[in-house]
Amino acid sequence: MSRYSPATDRERAAMLEVIGAGSIDELFEAIPPPLRLDGLSEMPDGLSEHEVYEQLRGLAAQNLDAESAISFLGAGMYDHYVPAIVEAIISRSEFLTPYTPYQPEISQGGLQVMFEFQTAISELTGLPVATAGLYEGPSTVAAAAYLAIGATSRRRFVVSRGLNPQSRQTLATYCEGYRAEITEVGLDSELMTDLAELEAQLAAPDQPVAAVIVGYPNFLGAIEDLEAIAAITHAHGALLIAACDPIALSILRSPGDCGADIAVGEGQPLGNRLDFGGPSFGFFAARHEQMRRMPGRIAGETVDADGRRGFVLALQTREQHIRREKATHNICTAQALNSLAAMVHLAWLGRSGFVELGTLLARRTAFARQLLAGIDGVEPITVGPVMREFAVRIDAPVRAVLDRCSRGAVIAGYPLDRDYPEYGDGLLIALTERRDRAEIELLARTLAEAVLALSGERAGVAR
Amino acid sequence: MSPGERSAPPWGVCTETPQQREPAVTIYERSVPGRRAAAAVGSGVGETPLAELIEQRFLRSEPAALPEVSEPEIVRHYNRLSRRNFDLDSGFYPLGSCTMKHNPRLNERVAALPGHARLHPATDPALAQGALALMWRLQGALAAVTGLAEVSLQPSAGSHGELAGLLVTRAWHADRGQGELRREVLIPDTAHGTNPATVTMAGYTVVKVATDGAGGVDLADLRAKAGPSTAALMVTNPNTLGIFDPNISEITAIVRAAGGTLYYDGANLNAVMGRSRPGDMGFDIVHLNLHKSFSQPHGGGGPGAGPIAVSQRLAPYLPVPLVRRDGDRYQFELAEDRPKSIGRLRGFHGNFGVFVRAYAYILSLGGDGLRAASEDAVLNANYLLARLLAGPAGRYLPLAFGERCMHEFVLSGAAAKRELGVRTLDIAKRLLDYGFHPPTVYFPLLVEEAMMVEPTETETRETLDAFVVAIESIIAEAKQDPEILRNAPYTTPVRRLDEVAAARNPILRQGWTAG
Amino acid sequence: MSDSNPENPPDLRYHPAHDWARIEGDEATFGITWYAQDSLGEVVFFEPPELGGTIAKDHSYAEVESVKAVSEVIAPLSGEIIAVNDAAAASPQLINDDPYGEGWLVRVRLGDPAEAEALLDAAAYGELLAG
Repeated sequence: MSRYSPATDRERAAMLEVIGAGSIDELFEAIPPPLRLDGLSEMPDGLSEHEVYEQLRGLAAQNLDAESAISFLGAGMYDHYVPAIVEAIISRSEFLTPYTPYQPEISQGGLQVMFEFQTAISELTGLPVATAGLYEGPSTVAAAAYLAIGATSRRRFVVSRGLNPQSRQTLATYCEGYRAEITEVGLDSELMTDLAELEAQLAAPDQPVAAVIVGYPNFLGAIEDLEAIAAITHAHGALLIAACDPIALSILRSPGDCGADIAVGEGQPLGNRLDFGGPSFGFFAARHEQMRRMPGRIAGETVDADGRRGFVLALQTREQHIRREKATHNICTAQALNSLAAMVHLAWLGRSGFVELGTLLARRTAFARQLLAGIDGVEPITVGPVMREFAVRIDAPVRAVLDRCSRGAVIAGYPLDRDYPEYGDGLLIALTERRDRAEIELLARTLAEAVLALSGERAGVAR
Repeated sequence: MSPGERSAPPWGVCTETPQQREPAVTIYERSVPGRRAAAAVGSGVGETPLAELIEQRFLRSEPAALPEVSEPEIVRHYNRLSRRNFDLDSGFYPLGSCTMKHNPRLNERVAALPGHARLHPATDPALAQGALALMWRLQGALAAVTGLAEVSLQPSAGSHGELAGLLVTRAWHADRGQGELRREVLIPDTAHGTNPATVTMAGYTVVKVATDGAGGVDLADLRAKAGPSTAALMVTNPNTLGIFDPNISEITAIVRAAGGTLYYDGANLNAVMGRSRPGDMGFDIVHLNLHKSFSQPHGGGGPGAGPIAVSQRLAPYLPVPLVRRDGDRYQFELAEDRPKSIGRLRGFHGNFGVFVRAYAYILSLGGDGLRAASEDAVLNANYLLARLLAGPAGRYLPLAFGERCMHEFVLSGAAAKRELGVRTLDIAKRLLDYGFHPPTVYFPLLVEEAMMVEPTETETRETLDAFVVAIESIIAEAKQDPEILRNAPYTTPVRRLDEVAAARNPILRQGWTAG
Repeated sequence: MSDSNPENPPDLRYHPAHDWARIEGDEATFGITWYAQDSLGEVVFFEPPELGGTIAKDHSYAEVESVKAVSEVIAPLSGEIIAVNDAAAASPQLINDDPYGEGWLVRVRLGDPAEAEALLDAAAYGELLAG
């Protein structure tokens, strides 16, 4: 039985009378008889609220979440502490339950949040124009690539092997539709994009490149030399797209300052829960000349009929509801609630707190890498400067090591075997402010113990 | 809009501008150097200068100009902003095609359980069996509702699902050696803008199909346009006019015979749950907007989710990852398990937090409850329509096509414009003063001065009656003096905004420097 | 925006897609008609095409935008673009205020002046609008 419809049987009868229909069935007469369905009998009956709660609580209890483990998982999403005010503000009905601000006069709250958010993203990325946001990280990389096709009339991308593997896979899926090609550029000994190889790829005269796409920092934690990459990219008339960890932009030079044309990224680390991967948001910022090619919602400032300051959805002629098949993207959303969470988190951190967070992460990450480097059978492979994540090579079967660590409720990191077979025994380790010195030391002890116990196993296999 | 203003809607002629209106102040304008909310924390590992850890040339010279504000100010600032929003929890929101139904708070509670909210997406699936089980069950429920074989939960929104569906189509044709042959996607002229935009992103060309006199797909035009270059047909049924196309089986048969796939835009699924299934209508691909039919809150424009369900013949091409069950264990199916998959469309597994809410909603209602929800949605729409047509709206805002509707209906304001000198936009703006969110306006494009109304099943009869009274009162005002409408709204935090200025001179961020 | 429907100037030739051409020898100036700008509403954006580009009769050579609509501008005649109205790009309201004067869009060296035979004169265009 439906629990959220107010209509009683008596009301239904009275309403049918007003309509002039004899029954509910009559309202569905337009459906041809062969297509009529007599209910969803294979689905169970509805449950009471507390029964649903218990079922879902039971399912949730089968998951090892970051509340009940000490997790060093990153790989694109991070277990940052989300301040309590974020939840308080995004739970407000006035933010939770409206739709897209189609009627600006009664949507000033949401529109102003977009405007504030765009300002923050513009500040972080060092690029003048930011949108109100897209679905999430990897699909936003694909959206940036779509812009580059429109801006350059070229259909080839050069993608660093350091770019998040899920972004590379997503871009490959989209490129079937874009009718575009992808070429990959490898990493050098410091796990940074190989600049000589990049130059060679861009110089191929027969297939001009629309954009070069790199991670910043890249997936393995290395801080790319964006300025050098931008110089090479621009020399060949291509755009540079930097896929950024927004937390890293607290202390790293902004992609705009380094010469990137577009900065995008996964927004989850800003104020959003892990939620097993979503919902979150993707951020998108670019230079002025790309303003009318940008995807999705953008809020703009204006005045009302009485000259009072207000906000509206701006540059809507880019979008699908007006430009239809010539739209700059098909997106019809902005992940507004998720970008509100990010904005509140950024305001809570503030100008100083954001830098302090980045600095703390850089210090603890350097400390963790140094500590792990001292373990027999563990060797860092991200050897250059790192911000909050780095990879190590383990002298033992990595999945067995992870399994052993998880028995002590330590999730030691993300195994690289699937995404980087060349680092088949690699482990990617991420830090957030939640992981303090004691936990880093616990990780080191747990890992050392597991490697010691399991390195013999590998030797055994080898024999 | 303050609660006080909202509780006293200006019945009758209200053209007064309230003297007290808060000016818009941004969080940046509240910034005072040195203020802060978050406490500073030591790293505990030695405060090494940053430049000794990361080369100076990689470091920012100036901090990002974020605001400097205290926590109480942040709370008050965003609470103030929230009061400048109208929302579903505060009033009737009959925004056509958007299914603004009640958002059960239970769903928020279960989504916030740490086992869901703090579950890292890269967690070993063996340690996330509850999450995989939930996804597997949701896949099954959505397959049952649509009458199709398999479901991928991956797409993040309806538009993302559309792209997934067309890329699946592309892979299917390519697999049959017809990839380069089939270049066109047929779309009715009533379609939502995302459909043609998606077609272009998927590398196809749009071919428009005309609408017949009854508001359905024009069969003769469809027959003329379906052929060897047809890749797919994308339709919404009931369509954006709120009409269930009586020829739907013939429509799908024509395109199937021409060799195309059949795409069902699930935006209007709330009309037919448990009453009819897209699979039975002959469709291959359906996207489901979990933020519409399945009650995920709209969040001011996201997040949502747009899973796709497909027929057996297209199942091998579904985007990964999917969840499958092996005995009593659940696993992710990745690209290597489904070699013909189009691949992934985003990071990780989709908008899991949305899945939790949608699954809680499905558990709460059950199969019978979903059917009852659709029945009440159609009942409410027809009741509202009948009451409107019986009054002056019948003359000035008549139904664009047909006599009855499914879960929504489209009125045409052409007569109001001609006879009363007011546009649909003016009526919509005046509705704001009456405390209602206006219906969708100027869509579908086919209808002159369109107004698309979708009440949903969770509204009371009293609310629908009050909306009728408001519309009738507004028509009376228009007869008395159309200027009342043309200058509306009057009681909102701001009045009509200068969108021309915003477009000619775009101001898209705050021009400010901190400190 | 000019608020009353002015006479369509008799010295211009008109394309049924509401575009005009002022032909001077083997060159011509193009713009959109009063009716076109009135239907579109306040023009907020015009991006001129590239100088030196070629445009073809009956095909789109640029777009003009209002807040909620995009309109393709159709070339009444074929030719090479030898000048664009940067003032109209900077202040698109010129297209509303003076569609036949300051609001011109491009100047073209005609590829085939004989194409002009197919265009309408002011009277015929007026009939088209009345029809």
